[in-house]
Amino acid sequence: MLIFELSRPGRHSKGLSPHAAPGQGAIPEKHLRAQPPLLPEVSELDVVRHYTGLSQKNFSIDTHFYPLGSCTMKYNPRACNALAMLPQFLARHPAAPDDTGQGFLECMFELQELLKEVTGMEAVSLAPMAGAQGEFAGVAMIRAYHDSRGDAGRREILVPDAAHGTNPASAVMCGYTVREIATDAEGNVDIAALGSAVGPHTAGLMLTNPSTLGVFERGILEMGTIVHDAGGLLYYDGANLNAILGEVRPGDMGFDVIHINLHKTFSTPHGGGGPGAGPVGVNARLAPFLPLPLVAEAKGAYRLLGDADRPLSIGRLGAQLGNAGVLLRAYIYARMLGLEGMRRVAAFATLNANYLMAELRKAGFELAFPRRRASHEFLITLQGLKQRTGVTAMDVAKRLLDKGAHAPTTYFPLMVPECLLIEPTETESKRTLDAFVAAMKEILAEASENPALLKNAPHTTPVRRLDDVKAAREPRLTWKSP
Amino acid sequence: MPFIPHTEEDVREMLAAIGVGSFEELFDEVPRELRGRVGASVPPGLTEMEVTRLMHRRAERDGSWLNFIGAGAYEHHIPAAVWQIATRGEFYSAYTPYQAEASQGTLQLLFEYQTMMASLAGLEVTNASLYDGASALAEAVLMAVRAHKSARRVLIPATVNPVWRKVVRTIVRNQGIELLEAPYCSAAGHTLPGALEKFAAQDLAALVVPQPNFFGVLEPVDELADWAHAHGALAISVVNPVALALLKPPGQWGADGADIAVGDGQPLGVPLASGGPYFGFMACRRALTRQMPGRIVGETVDTDGRPGYTLTLQAREQHIRRSKATSNICTNQGLMVTAATIYMALLGPAGLARVARASHANALALATKLAEIEGVARAFSGPIFHETVLRLPVPVAPVMRALKAQGILGGLNLKHAYPELGDALLVCATETKNEQDLAFYAENLARIVGKRQAPRSGALKPTNS
Repeated sequence: MLIFELSRPGRHSKGLSPHAAPGQGAIPEKHLRAQPPLLPEVSELDVVRHYTGLSQKNFSIDTHFYPLGSCTMKYNPRACNALAMLPQFLARHPAAPDDTGQGFLECMFELQELLKEVTGMEAVSLAPMAGAQGEFAGVAMIRAYHDSRGDAGRREILVPDAAHGTNPASAVMCGYTVREIATDAEGNVDIAALGSAVGPHTAGLMLTNPSTLGVFERGILEMGTIVHDAGGLLYYDGANLNAILGEVRPGDMGFDVIHINLHKTFSTPHGGGGPGAGPVGVNARLAPFLPLPLVAEAKGAYRLLGDADRPLSIGRLGAQLGNAGVLLRAYIYARMLGLEGMRRVAAFATLNANYLMAELRKAGFELAFPRRRASHEFLITLQGLKQRTGVTAMDVAKRLLDKGAHAPTTYFPLMVPECLLIEPTETESKRTLDAFVAAMKEILAEASENPALLKNAPHTTPVRRLDDVKAAREPRLTWKSP
Repeated sequence: MPFIPHTEEDVREMLAAIGVGSFEELFDEVPRELRGRVGASVPPGLTEMEVTRLMHRRAERDGSWLNFIGAGAYEHHIPAAVWQIATRGEFYSAYTPYQAEASQGTLQLLFEYQTMMASLAGLEVTNASLYDGASALAEAVLMAVRAHKSARRVLIPATVNPVWRKVVRTIVRNQGIELLEAPYCSAAGHTLPGALEKFAAQDLAALVVPQPNFFGVLEPVDELADWAHAHGALAISVVNPVALALLKPPGQWGADGADIAVGDGQPLGVPLASGGPYFGFMACRRALTRQMPGRIVGETVDTDGRPGYTLTLQAREQHIRRSKATSNICTNQGLMVTAATIYMALLGPAGLARVARASHANALALATKLAEIEGVARAFSGPIFHETVLRLPVPVAPVMRALKAQGILGGLNLKHAYPELGDALLVCATETKNEQDLAFYAENLARIVGKRQAPRSGALKPTNS
């Protein structure tokens, strides 16, 4: 049932809007709309019941184990939400003078400082509103840097073939062409291929480390030297920062510019697809190009820096500071963790991933990189299972929904066939991991005994498997009154 | 250990199951020289009670203000149900609905959102949101250039939010796209179609048309959309979604309607919150669907033939198309859209129109009151929605400081963005202001301006209140 189907002409929760304004106002007739918009005419209770009911059709961290690789679905502490929604924070207008927001700006300044410290970078901007926007900002800074030196021949960005799709897409938005670098049999970037790809045309290399294959790039220092010696810069995609938070810093690995997904590593909510926040960090040579605004401090007073303070900046990425409320949640999370808490993040995320990997291997699952240590996540491949039983990674993913766990990431990275990318995060208990292993064991048995059960899964969700082809071929993107 | 549930015994058992003796060994593939350098300057952790106290102190320091600033972010009443429902864990802590069967709540809500937003805009198709209004405008510019076969120039009037214009520049500058600026009529405060003729010979991919514009003034949108089409360009509208409860939707502008509509969704139930998170919306005509960036939800059926919802047309997106995607965007602003959908459902067409009408009435009343002050005048003659530009007889900045001392944030000083307007102030009043608020502002502004116009002391005009 859609909210529109609950609608009755003339129903109106009058107490939620202001009293009717007197008079007709002063908007000329030609500017007025003839027909009211298609919004439902329902009661407040209708709305509360309808959307509460819809919420109950979702899997979420608060209701289910959510081992979605590369997405870091860890617990989102409730205190972060409650404190970011204090009325004074919510009411403040973004264009209000800096002296009416000193409490807020102090949090933002301290968050910049904290992120610098835990990533080993020299300067941080909080402006990007998502990881992909952080990537865009990072690559735009690489371009601004080369351009500022008159080094205009650098027109190519290198990206490993295992990279997130946002990497090549961000590079193209900055006017670059993209060259993919192959991965070797052990899951590392092929260093020989990298060596032969770099040259005077190389603007930079975008790299996730640990990679999207769930392993640490052991040759990272050598890779940095290859790229830097060719005059390129090293970009760190912070998608997997949770694997190293408190253990290793991107700045120490030689990266010139990074973005951080606060909605992953700093536990801000994913919100059904956003908002995220993708702050960027840089070393000293890229600092002049950071996106605006930045928060500066002098004698205990905080202010936003703009164009006049930062003439070389790549500019603004959004109308305001960034996703301020997300940044506040990340700040609160960081303060609750503190130094000791942060040091434990990578350790326990890695412990959980390696434990789950070991137990699944014992249960009969095939690892994509059996000789490697897992980072905070790992890949299994179901290619053998598919050959034996016809059951695919998609079928296993859908059956897991019946067993009460959200599916891992499927079919990514693209070069590992029939893969599941599994990331348990540090906030899950051994008991939850054991239950997941038990569910996976059951599925493995079902695959041999009754593959149709998996082919037709899920069975217990609000809808069964959906016809994606029909959705794309005959797009129905809005509701039409019958 | 905050948020880590392991007991010492768990750790022992898990390390043994892995076959290692310590945490150290889990990192044995990481070069030794890279390890353990993390930040001594990170302060020690706080308990929930301690961080609560800290954040309350900081929030209280920021205080409460009587706010008359708009300029792209608008204060509206948000019904209590909006955020109580939106922050339910099932919405708040869910991921992007890639596993459709486990995400029907979010997906159906997004489908309802798309229906509401398409209807507000009077266009056939919307996506499931972008980051904010400014970046949505940048995406619309990119989309128009993709859709146009040859042109890489886009005409943006000076009456479009100046910060948004900067954002567009940042985002499109590396793709060889040229942005041209159209002037505005200094008397009316809106773009004049006749003044665009000097751009007629340019090969234009699009003309951007704001409604209302940054000055709060209503633009001659029918003529502007027609001008764009007559010159082979798309018409990109920039609209306020609350205003659309009253105003002609972009899809009906001129003979053929605007082709793309974008704007910031913040006025629909999203708090001001120092600037975010908000969300950007984008709607377009059906023919442009496959050029649209961002997520789109479609209705389909499951294997039992029951209706269900899923992300669709994903062949436009980065996770499928990589370097050939329509945009690098990955997330939408899902939680803000959740709030906006609940807000629109709670208000309905009548409630949203009441919000718009009350805001319009308050802005008119405030403009009238303030223009009665000696030396204060409205800068433009064009009709307004809920925001207006005033000219003061004295510099704006000190007046704003004096108002602030009375607890009033009096508006946005236009000195930097529009120096040609002189001592100009952009003022907004929404439905959140009552008569006493407007009177309090007017009294204080009269007093402050009067005092600063030293040679003509006591030159207050009588007010009619």
